[in-house]
Order: sequence, then C-alpha cells, then structure tokens
Amino acid sequence: MNVGERLTDQNFPESPEKATLEGKNKFLGFWLFLGGETVLFATLFGTYLGLRNSFGKGPEASEIFQLPMVFAATIILLTSSLTSVYAVLALKENRVKAMRGWLFVTLLLGLSFLGLEIYEFIHYVHEGHTFTSGAFGSAFYTLVGFHGGHVLFGCLWLSTLLIRNSGRGLTLYNSPKYYLFALYWHFVDVVWVFIFTVVYLLGKVG
Amino acid sequence: MKRWLRLGRIVPIFGLMLLGLMGCGNPQMSALQPQGKGAEAAYDLMILSLVVMVVVLVIVFLLFTYVLIKFRKRKGDDSIPEQVEGNHMLELLWTGIPIVLLIILAVPTVMTTFDLAVTEKAASGEEGEEAKKDAPMTVKVTAHQFWWEFEYPELGVVTAQELYLPVDTRTNVELSSADVIHSFWIPSISGKMDTNPGDKLVNKMWLHPEEIGTFQGACAELCGDAHALMYFQVKVVSQEKFDAWVESMKTVKFADASSDVSEGQKIFENNCLQCHAVGDKGGKVGPALTGFGDNEKVAGILDHNKENIMKWINNPHDVKPGNNMPDFNFDDAQLDALSDYLLGLETAK
Amino acid sequence: MSNAHAANKSSLWDWLTTVDHKKIGILYLISGGFFFLIGGLEALLIRIQLMKPENTFLTGDLYNQVLTMHGTTMIFLAAMPIIFAFMNAVVPLQIGARDVAFPFLNSLGFWLFFFGGVLLNLSWFLGGAPDAGWTAYAPLSTTSSGSGLDFYVLGLQIAGAGTLIGGINFLVTIINMRAPGMTFMRMPLFTWTAFITSGLILFAFPALTIGFFLLMFDRVFEANFFDASMGGNPIIWEHIFWIFGHPEVYILILPAFGIISEVVSTFSKKRLFGYSAMVFATVLIGFLGFMVWAHHMFTVGLGPVANSIFAVATMAIAIPTGVKIFNWVFTLWGGQIRFTTANLFAVGFIPTFVMGGVTGVMLAAAPADYQYHDSYFVVAHFHYVIVGGLVLGLFAGLYYWYPRMFGKMLNETIGKWNFWTFFIGFHLTFFPQHFLGLMGMPRRYFTYPEGFGLGSMNFISTIGAFFMTIGTILFVYNIIITHAKGKMVSGDPWDGRTLEWAIPNPTPHYNFLQTPLVRGLDALWIEKMAGNKKMTPAEPVGDIHMPNNSILPFIMSLGFFIAGFGFIYFNKGGALALVAIIVGLGIGLVCMFLRSWIDDHGYHIHKKDLPKEDKGADL
Repeated sequence: MNVGERLTDQNFPESPEKATLEGKNKFLGFWLFLGGETVLFATLFGTYLGLRNSFGKGPEASEIFQLPMVFAATIILLTSSLTSVYAVLALKENRVKAMRGWLFVTLLLGLSFLGLEIYEFIHYVHEGHTFTSGAFGSAFYTLVGFHGGHVLFGCLWLSTLLIRNSGRGLTLYNSPKYYLFALYWHFVDVVWVFIFTVVYLLGKVG
Repeated sequence: MKRWLRLGRIVPIFGLMLLGLMGCGNPQMSALQPQGKGAEAAYDLMILSLVVMVVVLVIVFLLFTYVLIKFRKRKGDDSIPEQVEGNHMLELLWTGIPIVLLIILAVPTVMTTFDLAVTEKAASGEEGEEAKKDAPMTVKVTAHQFWWEFEYPELGVVTAQELYLPVDTRTNVELSSADVIHSFWIPSISGKMDTNPGDKLVNKMWLHPEEIGTFQGACAELCGDAHALMYFQVKVVSQEKFDAWVESMKTVKFADASSDVSEGQKIFENNCLQCHAVGDKGGKVGPALTGFGDNEKVAGILDHNKENIMKWINNPHDVKPGNNMPDFNFDDAQLDALSDYLLGLETAK
Repeated sequence: MSNAHAANKSSLWDWLTTVDHKKIGILYLISGGFFFLIGGLEALLIRIQLMKPENTFLTGDLYNQVLTMHGTTMIFLAAMPIIFAFMNAVVPLQIGARDVAFPFLNSLGFWLFFFGGVLLNLSWFLGGAPDAGWTAYAPLSTTSSGSGLDFYVLGLQIAGAGTLIGGINFLVTIINMRAPGMTFMRMPLFTWTAFITSGLILFAFPALTIGFFLLMFDRVFEANFFDASMGGNPIIWEHIFWIFGHPEVYILILPAFGIISEVVSTFSKKRLFGYSAMVFATVLIGFLGFMVWAHHMFTVGLGPVANSIFAVATMAIAIPTGVKIFNWVFTLWGGQIRFTTANLFAVGFIPTFVMGGVTGVMLAAAPADYQYHDSYFVVAHFHYVIVGGLVLGLFAGLYYWYPRMFGKMLNETIGKWNFWTFFIGFHLTFFPQHFLGLMGMPRRYFTYPEGFGLGSMNFISTIGAFFMTIGTILFVYNIIITHAKGKMVSGDPWDGRTLEWAIPNPTPHYNFLQTPLVRGLDALWIEKMAGNKKMTPAEPVGDIHMPNNSILPFIMSLGFFIAGFGFIYFNKGGALALVAIIVGLGIGLVCMFLRSWIDDHGYHIHKKDLPKEDKGADL
C-alpha cells in the first residue's frame, strides 16, 4: 500500500501513527526529543529557582502576580490538552471530521492562552517588572517566555497541518504528524502545570 | 622471552625519575615543597594517590608490554586464535581490586576535605567567648582586574599586592571579587579558592604558613588580558614583626598639601589620591599605597626600583594589558618627583 | 525518477543536497578535519608563545583569543564532527541498515554544525575572537568587550542544535533500524558507544542550549542572569556549563573506546574479551558521567559536603574504565597481533589513556585538586584523555575505516611515521606539563617570569608540539598520496569481523542489496567460520526504498547563520541587524513550513536496476 493513499475503514490499522517504519521512527524520535526538551526546561526551572528571590530593581513576585488571570490561562491550556486527546481518539477510529474539529478547538484555545499571556506580560511591564529590572525578571520572562514560544510554535505547526490536510483523509503519511502534534501539545501543557506551581503559586506564597 | 623482562626494568627507573622530579620547583611557589599546613595536607594526599596510581600503572604497563611482545603475529602462522568470551574470575578481580584501592584513597580525601574547610562554628567563634578570643585573625581578600586588595578588618589595616601573615598561626581568609571571578592561590602555603563577585558568594578558607619568607601568590582563574600577570607576594613574618608592621601601617597619615611638602607629593595628591589611598586618605579604586616603599615588587611583577615605577606610571598598559589605570603623560621631571615620593612611602619611618 | 540517477553523481549540488549517511559522514570528516587543522595551528601558536620565559610573540588579549578558540574549535568543531563522521559512515553498516532513521535531519544536523562553525571562526576577521576561555565563565564572558563572545554564543548555539539533532537520529536508528537477528547484545561495540554517546548528547546538550541563551540574553538584551549587582549569580553558569560539560567528556571518549574495541579485536583476530562487561561499563560510565559535574568546581566554594560527594562519585568512574582497559589487554592476550597503523594507534591509546585516567583519579581527590585545579596539571590531564585518548582513537578509526569510506587504503609506511612522530610528540608535549602545574604554573597564562624555573619544561613541551605538527602533516600528506596514487582495495581488506566489511567496494548507494541475517556477535566472522562466502540474506532481492535529496537543510541552516549575524550585531548594527534577524529566522521558518507542506515519500530503486544477487565482499 502506498503511504500517501487515503485510509479506508477496511484497511485502517490499529495504530496508524506507527504502522510504517517512518512512522515508528518519528514516534520514537519525538519521544526522545521531548526527553531533551525536559532537560531544557529543567535547566530553566533550576535557573529560575536560583534567582526567584533576586528582584534587583523590580517589584517582588508576590506584589505583581495576578492569580485569577493565571488560573484562567491554566484552565484554558488544560482544556486544550483534553480536546487534543479527543482528536487522537478520533484519529484512531478514522473519524477525520471529528479529529479536525477537535484540533481546531485546540488551536483556538492555544491562541487565547497566548493572548492572555501577552496581556499579562504587558501588565507586568507597566508595573515595572521587566526583562532587565533584575535577575528575577530575566529568569521569569525567559522561563515563561520559552513556554509561550512553544505554544506559539505549536499553534503555527497545527495551523499548517490543518490547512495542508484539509480535504485529505488520514494516510499512513499524515497520521504520525497529527499524533506527534498531540504529543507535543501534552508536553507543553505539563510544563505549564509546573510553571503554574513553581512560578506563580510559589511566587505568591513568597 | 627474556626481552620483555628487560623492558620491565624500565618501569621502576621511570618511577624513580618521577620521584626525583617531585622535589623540583621553586620553594616560593611549588605545590611540591609545602611551607604551610594546607599545602602539606594536599601534598600528603597527592603522594598517597600517586603511589596508589603508580601501582596501577606498573601492573597495566607490565601486562601490556608482555602481551604485545608475546602475542604478536609471527610470519607464516595463520592459525586462528581461540575466541575467548571472557573470564568471570578475572573480571571480578579487576573490578574488585580497584574498588579497594579507591576506598583507600576516598577515606583520607573526605577527611582532608573537611579539615581544610572553614566551618561556620570555627569562623564565628560560636564555641564560646573564650574560643572567640582565640579565633584566628581574618583577612578580607578582594580581587580586582588585575590586583589584590588585603583588608585586616580587626586591625584596621588595608593594603594591596603584598599579604603579610604571621608565621605558625592560622589566619582565616574571606574571598570576594570586585569584578570577574578570580582564584586566590599560594601554591606553597595552601590550595586555591575562587573569588566570586557579589556579597552572597563570599568564600572562606584558612592559611597556616610554617616558614618565614616571601612566597608567590597568583590568580588561577582566567580573568582577562593580564591574567598571567596578576601575581602577589605573601610575606610570612614572625609575630613580633607582624605586630610592628600593623602598628606602623596604622600610624601613617597623609599630610595635606602645604608649601613645605615635596613636589612629588603635590603631583600625587592632584593625580593619584583620587584612586589610591595612603594612610587615612584617598580612594579605593586602585591599590592602597600605604607602605609602598617597602614593597618587593611594582604592580606585583616588576622589581622594586625607581626605573620600574616610572615605567609603570607612564605606560601601565604595556606592563599589564587591559588594566584600569589611566595613561598619565607626565614629563620626566614630574615622573622623577612622583617616583621619589612613592619610594619614600615606607612604614618603617 | 531523476533522484535515482543523481544518487551516484558527485556534483557540488549533490553534496549540498545529499541525505546519504555515507556522504554526510565524508562531509563531517572533511569539515571536522579542516577545523582540526585550524585548532592545531592555534595550539602551535600557544606553544610558541610559551617556549621561553617572558616571550612577547602572542600576549594579552590576543593570546586569550587563541586559547579560547583552540579549546572551542577542538571540542565542538573538530572532535565532535569527526565522531559524527564515523557514526555516519559506520553505524548504519554495522547494524545492517540502508540508511539512518531520519536522513533529512541528518543532513540538517551537518549543515547546522557547519554554518555554526563558520560563524564562530568568522570572528577572527570581524573584530576579534572570543577571549573568555572555552568555558566562558561569567561575568568575564558577559562583560568582555567586542563581539567575540557573541560569535561564540551564536556560533555554538547553531552548531549545538545540529549535534542534538544528530544524537536523536542515531538513537532512533540504532533502536529501530537493526537488521533481523541484530539484538542489542549482538551489536558491535562501536555501535554501542555511538548509542550511549547519542543518549548523553540528548540529555546534556539542552542544558548548554539554555546556558547559551542565558549568556546571549545577558550580552545582547541586557538581562541580569549573571550580574551580581542586579541579583544575578555567576555560579549558575558554571553549573549549567559543567552539567553539559562533564557528560561532553564522555560523549567524546566513549566512541573512541568503541573504535579501540573494534580495532584491537580485528587485529588480534579475537572476539572482544568480556563483551557484556564492556557494554555494561559503557552504560555505567555514561550514567555516572551525569553525576560528577561539580568536580570541575571544587574551588568554587560549594562546601565540604558537596566536594566530598562529588569526589567519591568521580573516583567511582575509574572502576568501569579500568574494566575496559583490562578487557582490551585480554583481547590482545593469546591473539595474533598485527601491528598495522590502525592497531599501532589503538595499542598506543591504551597506556596513554591509562595515564590520563590515573591523573583523573588524582584530580578527584578534592583537597589535592585545590592545588591541581586550573594549573598545568589539569591541562596535562585532559590532553592525555582527549588527545592521548580520543585523538589517537580517531586516528586508529581513520586508518581502519578509510578503505570503507573511500575505497582506498592509507599508506602504511607513512602511517607508521605518522604514528611515531605524533605519539612521541604527544608525550613530549604533555608529560612535562604535569610538573609545570605542580610547580605553580596556572593554566591560561600567556607568560611566566624568568626566575620561576619553568623555562626548560615549557621548552620541551614546545618541541613536542612540533613533533605532533610533523605527525599531522604526514597524515595530510598520506591522504593526498592515497587519493592520487592509491588503488581500490577489496571490501574486506583487514579480514574484518563486523557487518560493515560484508559489502563490496565501493559501498553501494543502498548499502545492502539484501538485508543480512545476523546470527551472533561479530556477524561476519561467524559466517566466515561457518565457511560461508557471504552473509545469509534475510529477504529476497526486491525494490529498495530510498529517501529523496533535499536542499532545504542547507538553506535552513543558512537562514539561522544570517539570523546569528543579526543577533551578534543587534546592539551595534541598528536596523540592518534587525533585518538580518527577521530575514534569517524567516528563511528558517519557511524551510520548516515547506518541509511540512511538501509530501516526501522518497523513491524506489527498482529490482530490474539492481544486480541479480548480493556479491558481497570477497571473503
């Protein structure tokens, strides 16, 4: 069977994302990539923990953090993780429309998370908490910004995926791509859970 | 068969050469000729580890030489050697023996590590008032690009480039840096420790010199253009001499300019005092010059004479590239007067 | 398909677009070799300056630039790519695969490394090279004037991304692409070390990536990570650097262990002694490599508890390393040792590496390290393991696999001259440096005073460096003479034991006409002993699927190269720098987009275009 051929319910394999060697390679490679990303974020978290009380000329963390807004952002991102799970479930059952629908919702949630984050950053800058106001500022914007960059990249990736494959069904070639995106998105979510705890909750407590 | 035995004899000769070299170097700056307790502790550990390691080396080298000679391919011998998978006994042996050797090394390592550290208790004299009275003197060392500042907070003395220490006494040292990371090292008295910038990362160590004399200190962490020239002198003196030195350093006063001071002092006051302190006056940007006339070196590296002082003042960047002293374009007469003045800054008077 | 015809052509376009692991291996080797010569030249300049006391050949900042670039070039731009050259050239063949798991990423990894290396070295012509040492300790690195450190950060960031990609690629290749019967415990030891090294790359390089970002943010965007006056902490850089930096040491040396294992086994005509212990030792060294980074920081002031823990952990690494040494010696034991040039380098490696290893244990004793640290003793130690270990290993690998990579065998006579000059020169250069350190000479000093008694040993050391130079020149000469006059050899010139010798010479584009069936460790040797003329195939001859070439990796890397320039001149170049950043990152993103957009299914070499049966090497 040609990998570019549209899969039908009759020839649909159990795990279309791992049905070819290329798919298997991508699947494993991406997991390993996420392992590397874990080290990347762990290093950022370590740096942040080392500097989180060194405010320099900026305000203190407990003065500026707005928990309600951050909580809203958290709910949005966690929900988007759930919608991407529904998308993968649909993928496994060859329900293309449902899958694309859930991914579209995921994309919208991702974008609104980004909107909230940008709003939050602008608010902080007005409060005097900037990238250059002290070691805390540098560490905060780098850690949270790296995560935000990952969300942005995920949104671009998902948009490309959705547009490119509009009108095309699932194939052995594009199923791994959908699947890997979902993996990536979960990872980004998990990182956010840590940010919410380590940066915001710990920062609010002081 | 005999040949490898003869080759084996080279190894002990080689070892003897090693030991011969151990005593080498300049006693003022060699880690192999310890003149203080810290350096001694390190030296003992070096020798212990060296002995253990030479044992390992000799075994491996002998085995290796034997194998290479015995099992080289002979012409015409095309037999296929036995394809040995391994040998559990042997493998256990060469896993087990190194473990034993490492334990022999690890125990004194850990003990010495703690001996050399300055614990909070010892430093602050928390062991009671009596102990506090006997607590060692503290020297605050601040490293700068590319010079050393030594402050004796309990004695009220600040000096630069030449560190005075009483012999046979323990002195605590607090290390920090005014700019980048440096590392404070007096090989013959003690191992090194980094000087970190900022007040949160102050390091503590102790020095315990056991011989009177002048020793060489150096910067051991790359710190910029003149890293290789950031030497300082350590003057270990008797307790009486040390006390006398402290006394004379404290009594030096900088006389304000009046008509009867020398031309050199006027030049100094107008150009140098802003950065360099003498006695109770002057800035802290550059090295303090109280007692400069007694120094052994100019800028830590040049021989102490008038010619070198003049050379330094007019072309400090030729001597130490990248240092922060500005270029003064004094004429010869000014330079001469200024140098005379500096040479006259002796504490002994 | 046009690709099928392009596959064996050797045009410039083909080299720019190739995704063939064999060609990428050659690209890595040529560029790594080129950087090795540059790094060697820098080393020679250093030794000339230190030849006599108070020399003025190369002083102050210029000396710091040369020493920084020597270290950085040798580690990141010479040693790493040459290791990748071997991994590319050998690993897929050793596991019986037709290519790596991600041929496109393989090409991308190479071009990122290449452009990163070029970017870093351009600093010489654009206002001066980095001057804070290869370790770039903050705040010296964050406050260093000029653009040198910006070139360091951006150049290595780009090259490092390439390395990380390569690491993931080889992990997946080795896990997923092994031929039938090639279980993990039947993999040749070089493949094992490539596997562990790739794992170390995966978990060590991201830390460095972040470190470089922080350094870049401090330098370019005025962040305060390492500025103590704004609450920053320069020790964080040291931790991050060495959390990467110590595994890096094992990233470098493990593949050399692998090469030595292959060469020693082949040229003593024996199976590797204690294969499973060797594998276990490799894994253990890789694991422990992450636990010991603070032994580079004994003098930083971490306190006696931390120093003790890291001291003991470091000593523990000596145990698996010792196991390896004895296993090599006992592989030779009872063998038929042939002293080819490759084997000379391999047996030269063993005692040299033992010497580097024992000084390593000595350095692990923290209180003694207070004396050794940042002195010439350390310089001697790490050159014993990196030059005496890794570089000798790489030479062994080059002489061993040259016929596989290029079809011709390097000249053995010149090779032996190459070995002896390099080997003697090496010991002459670095053995005296142990004593220089103990006699109080700190590293990274551009000069030492007349009266300190350091002159004669420094002079000997410099003489040694000239011997090493002669050795290197002989090697380059050997390559030229081999390509000009050498003859093609058979596919199995050494009487090899592993699968890479089971294919004809030159290696077909698709490596194996039929995927081989592996029946044990030293798969080829087993067939030879069974009296078979070639490997038993695991499949009938059929269409072979191959990946398409692509120019995208080259263009993408070029984009990041341009963006790198933009960041370097961000504070000085004004609008033009901003344009470079936007255009460069734009090119990179567009290439990623195109890669995602264009369906790439590869192509097939049809059965009718293939030879009728697998000729294999003449066994």
